[in-house]
Formats: sequence, C-alpha cells, structure tokens
Amino acid sequence: MKILVCISHVPDTTSKINFTNNNTEFDSNGITFVINPYDEFGLTRAMQIKEATGATVTVINVGSASTEPTLRKALAIGADDAVRINAEPTDAAFVARLLADYAEEQNFDLIITGRESIDYNGGAVPGMLATYLDIPFVNACIGLELKGTKSTVIREIDGGKETLEGNLPMLLAGQKGLVEEKDLRIPAMRGIMMARKKPLTVIEAGEAVKQTSVLGFELPEAKAACTMIDADNVEQLVELLHSEAKVI
Amino acid sequence: MAVLVYAESWSGSFKKATFEAVSYAAQLADKIGTEVIALTIANNNNSTQLGKYGVSKVFTIANDSLTTFNNQAYANAIIAAAESTGADTIVISNTNNGKAVAPIIAAKRGAALITNVLDLPSSHSPFTVKRKTFSSKAFAQYSTEATQKVISITPNAIGAIETNKSAATESFDYTATESDNRLSSVSVDKAKGKITLTEAEIVVSGGRGLKGAENWNMIEELAELLGAATACSKPVADIGWRPHGEHVGQTGIAINPELYIAIGISGAIQHLAGVNASKNIVVINTDAEAPFFKAADYGIIGDAFEVVPKLIEALKTYKMNN
Repeated sequence: MKILVCISHVPDTTSKINFTNNNTEFDSNGITFVINPYDEFGLTRAMQIKEATGATVTVINVGSASTEPTLRKALAIGADDAVRINAEPTDAAFVARLLADYAEEQNFDLIITGRESIDYNGGAVPGMLATYLDIPFVNACIGLELKGTKSTVIREIDGGKETLEGNLPMLLAGQKGLVEEKDLRIPAMRGIMMARKKPLTVIEAGEAVKQTSVLGFELPEAKAACTMIDADNVEQLVELLHSEAKVI
Repeated sequence: MAVLVYAESWSGSFKKATFEAVSYAAQLADKIGTEVIALTIANNNNSTQLGKYGVSKVFTIANDSLTTFNNQAYANAIIAAAESTGADTIVISNTNNGKAVAPIIAAKRGAALITNVLDLPSSHSPFTVKRKTFSSKAFAQYSTEATQKVISITPNAIGAIETNKSAATESFDYTATESDNRLSSVSVDKAKGKITLTEAEIVVSGGRGLKGAENWNMIEELAELLGAATACSKPVADIGWRPHGEHVGQTGIAINPELYIAIGISGAIQHLAGVNASKNIVVINTDAEAPFFKAADYGIIGDAFEVVPKLIEALKTYKMNN
C-alpha cells in the first residue's frame, strides 16, 4: 500500500502575526515554521498503518527550498521519502493541481492531508485534490480503520459525528481524533539521523492556474480596556451584559 | 449571471447559518442586479420561508438517494442546479457539510473558491471580499477575476436580514450516481438538543482552572440559563475532561458569538486566536495577570467556584424580573 501525506509548512501556533510590504505580505521575520498541526495527526496515523501493514509513506509539500526542514522533520518522524514541488503556494486551486499532477502518476491508495492549514485556513486543497484525482473526499476526519482496501472513517459533523465506509483509494482531510494528541510522533535522534539519508526529491512545478489573489491583510482592532467587575458584585456584570453589551 | 445559494438542512430543518447564507446571497444578487435562487435538499421544512430572506425561487430536491448527506452527490446536485439556472456564483455556509462540498464544486466547475468569508464584497470587479485568515489572528482581502465563484460564509458573521418577499418553490431532480456512492454513510451520531458551537450566540467555556470534569455542572447550568453552547480550552480536551468537539482555539473550532464567557482560561495566544472574533468577551480568572484580561471586555478576578454560582443566582434573579 502507498500512502501520501501532504504537509503544509506553517508558522508555529504561538506566532504573533505581522505583515510587511504595506500589509500585503506575511512577515516571516522571527517566525518558527512547523508541520501544520492538522497534518501531524494524519502523519502519525500513516506511521501506525505503515507499522501494521508495511505500507510506504511519502510526504509532499508545494513550496520553496525554505520548507525543506519541515519535510526533513516528517522524514525524521518516519516517512520513507519526501517530495517538494518547487513553487510558491499562493492559491488553493494552484496547489491542488500541482499535487494532483504528481499523485496521478503514483497511484496512491490513500492520501491524507490536514483539514486546513493554520495560516490561510482555506480548507480547499484536500477536496480539490480529491476531485482532480476523481477519488472520494472525507473532510474533518477523526477516525480511520483499514481492512485490506476497505476503509471505515469517521468525520466530524456539526454537533456530532458520522461513520462512513468505502474502498480505497480515497482522500481524508484529518484533524485531532485521527490519533490522540498524546500519541503524536515527534522526531527522535535516530530518526533525525536517518532522515538525512532519505530521499527528498525536488520537482519543478508544471502548469497550474491561480484563481484568487490576496490584495492585503489587516490585524483585528485592539480591544478597549477591560471593564473590571468586583467578584462580590456579579449583578453589575449581568446589568452591563444587558444594558451595555445588549447580549442578554 | 444568477446567484445560487445552497440552503443547508440539518436533520431536515434549516438553521440560522442557512438564513445567513440565503440573506448574503440575496444581498449579493441585489448589488449585481440579478436573481437569487435557493436550493434545498432533503428538507422537511416549508421552503417558502426562505423567501423572507430575499430569494424569489427555491429549488427543492426530495430524491430518496439524497436523504442522507453525501458530499459527492450533494456537490453534483448543486452543480446541476447552477447549470440549469445559469448561476455563476454559488453561496454556501462554511459549516462542516459546506466545507465538504465547496471544494468539490469549485474543482469541478473551475471556479474560484473563497472560504471563511466575513462580509459582502467591497468590490465586484474584481470581486473582492474579506475573509478570516491565520486562524482568526488576521483578516485578508481576497480577490478573483473568475466568473465562476464559490463563496463560503462564516456562520454568525453576517446577520440574516428579513425582507417582505415571498418565494415560489419548484421541484428539481438529481439522483445520486454510482460514483457519488463510493462512500456510504453507516451511522450518524448526533448530540440531541445541543446548540452547535459555531452557530451559538452565547458560548460558555471552561479551562484548566476548573480542576476536573466533575466541576462542569456549573458551566452547563450557566450555559443552559443563557441558552448558550459549552466549549473548552485545548488542555481540557487533551486531558479528556471534555470532548474534542468542544475545543475552541487555533487548532480546534473558531467561533465568533455575540458573547463568549471564559472561565478558568488564562488566554494563551492559541486560544485567543479561535475566540477573539467574539463580539463581547467576559473573563473570570483568579490570576489578575492572566493575558486573557487584555482581550476581554468585562473581567472578574476571582475563584470560579465562588463567582460562577453567584453569577448563576444573579442571572436567575434577572430572568425573574425581566
């Protein structure tokens, strides 16, 4: 079995977000980049499947050379090989098309992505990629069990969950639940050493069309000072929520 | 030219997010001088009520093969409706089911997809619209030159506007194909009577300061009094005091209710990212230095185990008098 795990290279969750060039570009100054947290759950699940079935796991990213440390980290966690498609990932349709061009030739049985990246949060690449490849797509995936080519998956729905069944190939856009937080794999020294020798192939980007552009960014307005209320006078809070905030 | 809005149903009924999306589509169509058509699938409500939110025509699909949500089939049904009406803009709610169909529709139609949309477009040529980005730590203006568009609207961001229009309904047919049914739904497990987090107007949330799962009774009581949904911080979901589906924050669910009440949550940057779009924030925390107070509108420094019961009493008194 061949598994492809798509990896986004994103600012660490503790990052303060700032913009540069007249608020048209993300300011990556001082930012630590990591594997997209949603992708980590899928990568760990792929490792578990690899150990149970002998599957091979390829990780892929669309990005510049600066994303390679993130791919190396995925190799250190245990992926067999990595692919970087050399292009700036500026738009979902563009990225999905480049990934599809690669995946089409490789015949993966299972493709796992995060449900969205924590930077642009489009949540668009997984469903587009599945559609370009003409395979089923499951979003917000919180559980996966395989029996041969038969797959049972659980997806989060608004206010609950749904269990689905189908045959591979398919694409799952995962999140926490695919594995638990405590089971997430982190690179060990041995893995880091081994990762240096694993193949990381760079592919030049083919033809792909961008559908959207970002004109500019803005940060949320700073909040006015917090109104402090005495712990012995919670009635004042109720009154303010009613008369000032008008929410009750 | 027309605008098509997918009016999503949950267990056969419309919810607030549906009316918001319909209202958005109606305003959009009005601005560009075209008509808006709604599509409902497996809806048991009276679809004409969508007229109140500005649509003139509602297509209804009541095909047995589409009774249960199926993202491939629903996406294809929405595409079929768009083709038959000549719609080039499709509006969808950014719910879990909306997110499951939107990218399929966009990929099949070669349409531009813009998700997490917060507002009506600031320009129509090129189409430019504000969306959430960086996990709600920032906003971005996205634009597209594409004629074909799929716009996915953040629930709770745009109010539904009632009009005095009325809608005519027309049945529309789409039958799921073999390829639509490559995945089959085995079971749906839904929490009954619970308010969906992303749609809730008020959310009451607890953190590690509550010290244990057994102390959530007062959170639930407070939530019930306020008609609120309950939520929690990431550590609480990770320890297993509360289900993952309640985790709000950067890697959980992003919410933007009218009122967010955070109890025993210090306000780490990852938590703030998911909740700072809330219109009003109340923070109750023992630690006066908790960073959450800087992002709050109202704050109480105090022990949750003393403050929350008092707040419950004060709300009961308020309710009796109002």
